[in-house]
Order: sequence, then C-alpha cells, then structure tokens
Amino acid sequence: MKAFIILPLLLASAGAMADTPLRSLVYYTTAARQNQPDFSADSMRGQSFALRKWGVSQSLPSCATCHTDRPGEAGRHAITGKPIAALSPAASPKRFSNPAKVEKWFKRNCNEVLGRACTSAEKADFIKFVMEDQAS
Amino acid sequence: MKRLALVLSIFASLPVLADSERTATRLTPQYQAECGSCHVAFPPGLLSKADWQKTMARLDKHFGTDASVDAKTHQAILGYLERNAGSRSAPQAAAEPRITATNWFRKEHREVPGSVWKDARVKTAANCVACHSGAEQGRYGESEIAVPGMQRRHEEN
Repeated sequence: MKAFIILPLLLASAGAMADTPLRSLVYYTTAARQNQPDFSADSMRGQSFALRKWGVSQSLPSCATCHTDRPGEAGRHAITGKPIAALSPAASPKRFSNPAKVEKWFKRNCNEVLGRACTSAEKADFIKFVMEDQAS
Repeated sequence: MKRLALVLSIFASLPVLADSERTATRLTPQYQAECGSCHVAFPPGLLSKADWQKTMARLDKHFGTDASVDAKTHQAILGYLERNAGSRSAPQAAAEPRITATNWFRKEHREVPGSVWKDARVKTAANCVACHSGAEQGRYGESEIAVPGMQRRHEEN
C-alpha cells in the first residue's frame, strides 16, 4: 500500500527533480518492494547478473559481452563493432539520467540477452552495481 | 567567357554530386538516437522505400536483435525513411535488406582489400565509422577516409 502512494509521488516529481542514476535506483527499488517488501538493491547481485551467461542469444550471451565486465570501461557492440560508452555514470555522465531511455534499453537488452523482461529488482541491482563503480 | 567557366565548373562537379546525393540527407536527432546507437545511423538514401518498409516491419527481429521502438517513434522514423529513401534496392531475395549487399556499395568499395574487412577494428562492413571518420554525422567524403592498417605507421597506435 505504501508503495502505491510513493510511486505516483515519485512520478509526479519527475519534472521538478533532476533525473539522476539515483532516481532510477529509487524508482526500481520502490517498484521491487511491491513484491518483496524487504528488498534492497545489492551491487554484488548486480554484478553477477551482468556477468551471467544466460544461454539465450549466441552472439549476445551476457550484458558483459558488449559492456565489458567493468562498468567504468567502454564497450563495443558484439555484432556491429560500434563503440559503446562506459555504463558507469562516473565515466559517462549522461548514463541513467533519462528514465525513458533507461526503460527503453532495459526492454531491448533484457529481451535480447535474457529472453524476457527484467524484473524491477534486477534493474535496481544492476544500477547499484554500475553506480558503485565510482569508488573503484 | 564567364559563362563557359561556369558551365565547365558545373560539369566538373557533376560526379561529386551524383555520389554524395545518396548520403546527403540530414540525419534527424530522433533518427540518430533511435537508429544510431548500435550502428551508425545509415543515410536513408542508401536503400529504397520498399527496403526501409521491409526493415521497419520487423524491428523486433532486426538482424538477430530486438530493435523495436514504440508506435509513435516507429511511425515518425518510417515516414522519415520513406521521404528520404533512394532508388537503389538491396537484392530482392534477402529477407532483410542490407546496404552492404547493394551493387552500389560493392562498387564503391571494390578497391578495399579483403584484409581490411577482416581487421578487428573493422569487424563488419556495416561498421562505417571504422574508415569513414565523419560517418556519425553522415559524412562519407573521400577526404574523411582513413582505412585501418593502411595508415602511416605513427597513426597505428
């Protein structure tokens, strides 16, 4: 019920607040708590998620296939060879700063690599992992 | 005399015009954002209207990846591609039209040695920017071509 109140509030404030990776993290954490009230994002879980080979796509087996296994490192599209800016907001300031873009890429890439949509919990863990790269 | 010079200069520039008109269309920010993330935003003039329609009809299975966009974006991009499509068609038999399979592409790149296509920095013929440094901005002019492995030594690293 709590999440039911918080979510619309978060969405309503989207215009007023600057969109940051933290905002995305809070958004997906809140969504995950609807199913799992004690959920809290975990960067280690995010890391194993990013490195896991899902066995769905041959050319794109894991997130790390294109994004490398370190969020601070620039990647390369495994099929086209096009350079991909590092995922870490510390290395690429624009990362995770546009919620619509974040959703778009989770939708495409999760479909691709996992063969299904990612859960809010998985997204929160992933963002936490990517954000913590600042420290390393 | 002046007129003669003008006529001559127009003739001299004709081959250049014929060549660049296929890549001359302005790449809109939306097209670049939606179709220029995984690969360079290809100039719309490089495929025919029917080719683009075919491509847009199966974005969820776009060369083995899910490149789907929402309905509104889809409509806008399809319109942009249809308006700016060229007359060149990819081979009819292909399920997915490929720019690199058109006769035009093959002819333009006939002088590129086979070793270049296999170079790790090139990886695929669709990786325009590997040699055309202005490709992200839709520029493919001769002056902006630098082929990996064919540069001077000090540029190798």
